Amino acid sequence: MGTLNIVNKSPFEKRTLDQCLKRIGEGDSVLLIEDASVSAVLGTASAELLLNASKQSKLYVLGPDLQARGFADATLLDSIESVDYEGFVNLVVTHDRVHSWL
Amino acid sequence: MKLAVLVNEGPYQHQASDSAFQFVTAALAAGHDVMRVFFYHDGVNNGTRLTTPPQDDRHIQKRWTSLATDNKVDLVLCVAACQRRGLVDDGEAKRNAKDATNIAEGFRISGLGQLVEAAVEADRLVTFGD
Repeated sequence: MGTLNIVNKSPFEKRTLDQCLKRIGEGDSVLLIEDASVSAVLGTASAELLLNASKQSKLYVLGPDLQARGFADATLLDSIESVDYEGFVNLVVTHDRVHSWL
Repeated sequence: MKLAVLVNEGPYQHQASDSAFQFVTAALAAGHDVMRVFFYHDGVNNGTRLTTPPQDDRHIQKRWTSLATDNKVDLVLCVAACQRRGLVDDGEAKRNAKDATNIAEGFRISGLGQLVEAAVEADRLVTFGD
């Protein structure tokens, strides 16, 4: 599989999610961790951006980070799959390379 | 699969040290080989044994040390980043005429070549930082 792109900054603070989504190719995936996890929640200003990206890329969010921010029971965007750390490791292993957008 | 991890951020700063630790723990549990964790920039502060966090808080340095002891994970601190931030082992104390050392068990100080080697030898390199 393509590249696993890891984004760790909230899109309401930094531009890395936007920069990442504008540059990735078909078959690449995006994993939202740490503060970026909040953008997976339904109804935020980033929803449309992520919805568009989901047409060509698989999107994931790190569940424990959402939970740590009080969003354990929040409704997520349809196109985003929640994974735990085991799932994180699995994504790293199943993609050809990993890129962190720091 | 052979994995390597790069940590660019200090402990108790944001979340990188915690995310990296959780990732390495999960990778080892899944049976992968974590050949090295390389600490760069403020990340070298993960390797001082002089920290005393409150008792009800996680002890980030000790967590790394147990990982090295129990799973033979190679924990490497960047030497130039250490010199800037006062991370000292016996060799560095001698070379730079320092009167003390503070490196924690399980960590060693070496050069950027160790990061390059990890990037080349490991199947994947995962970066955590700010």
